[in-house]
Amino acid sequence: MLKRTFACAVAAAALFAASHAIADTKDKKIALSNNYAGNSWRQAMLRSWDKVTKPAVEAGIVAAADPFTTAENQVTEQAAQIQNLVLQGYNAIVLNAASPDALNGAVKEACDAGVVVVSFDGIVTEPCAWRIAVDFKQMGKDEVLYLKDKMPQGGNLLEIRGLAGVFVDDEISKGIHEGVAENPQFKIVGSVHGDWDQAKAQAAVAGILPSLPEIAAVVTQGGDGYGAAQAFKAAGRPTPLIIMGNREDELKWWKEQKDANGYETMSVSIAPGVSTLAFWVAQMILDGKDVPKDLVVPFLRIDQDNLEQNLANTEAGGVANVEYTAEDAQKVVDAAKK
Amino acid sequence: MTAVSPARFLRAILPALSLAILLIAVYHLNPRAISPLGFQLMFNLAIPIALATIAQMCVITVNDLDLSIGAYVGFVVCIAATWLQEIPVLGLLALIGGILVYMLLGALIHLRKLPSIVVTLGMSFVWLGLAILVLPTPGGQSPGWLAALMKYKPPPIPFLGGLVIPFPILAAVVIAAVAHVGLMNTSYGSILRGSGGNPKAIERAGWSLLKTKVTMFGLAGFFGMLAGLALIGLTTSAQANVAERYTLLSIAGVILGGGSFVGGRVSPVGAVIGAMTLTLAASFLAFMRIPPDWQIGAQGAILIIVLALRAIIDRLEKPI
Repeated sequence: MLKRTFACAVAAAALFAASHAIADTKDKKIALSNNYAGNSWRQAMLRSWDKVTKPAVEAGIVAAADPFTTAENQVTEQAAQIQNLVLQGYNAIVLNAASPDALNGAVKEACDAGVVVVSFDGIVTEPCAWRIAVDFKQMGKDEVLYLKDKMPQGGNLLEIRGLAGVFVDDEISKGIHEGVAENPQFKIVGSVHGDWDQAKAQAAVAGILPSLPEIAAVVTQGGDGYGAAQAFKAAGRPTPLIIMGNREDELKWWKEQKDANGYETMSVSIAPGVSTLAFWVAQMILDGKDVPKDLVVPFLRIDQDNLEQNLANTEAGGVANVEYTAEDAQKVVDAAKK
Repeated sequence: MTAVSPARFLRAILPALSLAILLIAVYHLNPRAISPLGFQLMFNLAIPIALATIAQMCVITVNDLDLSIGAYVGFVVCIAATWLQEIPVLGLLALIGGILVYMLLGALIHLRKLPSIVVTLGMSFVWLGLAILVLPTPGGQSPGWLAALMKYKPPPIPFLGGLVIPFPILAAVVIAAVAHVGLMNTSYGSILRGSGGNPKAIERAGWSLLKTKVTMFGLAGFFGMLAGLALIGLTTSAQANVAERYTLLSIAGVILGGGSFVGGRVSPVGAVIGAMTLTLAASFLAFMRIPPDWQIGAQGAILIIVLALRAIIDRLEKPI
């Protein structure tokens, strides 16, 4: 009799412990407030959200994880959307914001109503919200650091920039220039704007190539590597090491070159699946875990050995993607605590 | 004195009726929303829209249309977040300058007989350009007193059983009352409306049409400025194109509230209710889980339904 009671108690305790581990947030609702869905990156972001949150809801980790996108990418529209989400009783709002500042009023109101706000990609400056930011500057610097390992003797670099006047372009370029300043064996001999577009990048590179000495490597921002390769080929010049940006056409070209002549490079960008990272961070906060307010998105880097695997997972015309798990989120949080 | 005809009565209460039906529908979908906090959240963005709607109504009263009001509100937001915050005198001067430009436009449109749509469409690019010059990238900060005012929570009223009237409702009542008394209950108000309804008669009676036009455009500039100040108080930070949608929302609000494009037939109370109805319609559609791509269309459908009802009522008025 006593033995049986004890066994029951153990079983109950085990059950309790098991449910405790995953289900503290089982009655919490999380919403995604997204300002724009008009390009392939954002579409992939929404698909990733669905792919990760649907099983999470079915497994009872959270009660709901609904995506909402505003139609017109307008600040006032998104502010109203956030207020409606608060009224609908969501416990957390994962936010890709239309403006870094102009949503602060609505975000503060949500915080005051006890709602957790986690912003990512398009982050907000309101102190009560969490931020999962992209360190674009580090991304630019990482490119030069890779080149340093690859060609210690240095050489001439051609820089392809993004859209002039955009914050992201400035940051990546700053990182590249900082990396070059620390490694004087490299020298940027030319710089063009490719607008993150293969055709524009090809035209821009073709225009500047005749005036340039021999180029050892091309540092890029993504969406421009394939165009650069085509320009070098058309000019009949040897193909330099071109850093890629995770686009499908870039990875495909790289694979062809690798199979033909053992071409080596690397590719780096932000995975649209970062929305799922924000989801897990929101879940952790709702679970009562201690999460620092400022987190950094890990880059999705593709190297020589995992090229085939990433290319297989990337759809035609798309961007290499990865969905994050709760463990990945924990790692990001731990890194921020250090 | 004749008794008010049923058709006229119906038309007058139609805006309020649409708002009431929407409120009931919202309650049905999400009872939590019908609470002081719910009203605060659902309607606080209605305050700037209501003010922009009153501004638009002033222009519509004199048979013109202002396609620049959204850009102008954005301009005011940018001034308020930068100059008004750092150098109050300069900010104040810029805001007064904005109203003066509006008055000048009124004079220009009247004297040169220009179509207001063309002039104000052109001005919308000027306002947007100025806003971007003042604040090239999103940012700035609202003056503390504005943010405090928009966050104001009125104290409970003891003799109504501790009822709390949410600030947006209070503000809407004040805005509607001020505009109603000014335009509908004063003698110069009827001259102003008359200059839209029958300009020739007003001119023959010895009133200056130039003066009425300048007054109404000036008032539009004034209310547009209030709309911008209210908006920056809510968002706390600025962006040049923050109020882009206000142009169409304000026109829809005036029409939804019982106004007509011509003939000086406007209703300030109706316009404020119209603005609130449009704001609530957006919340309602969000609660319905209608995908955002359809929401704009659904908002338009609500507008068409209300206008169709009005057409039916108008037909009642003229028995065949």
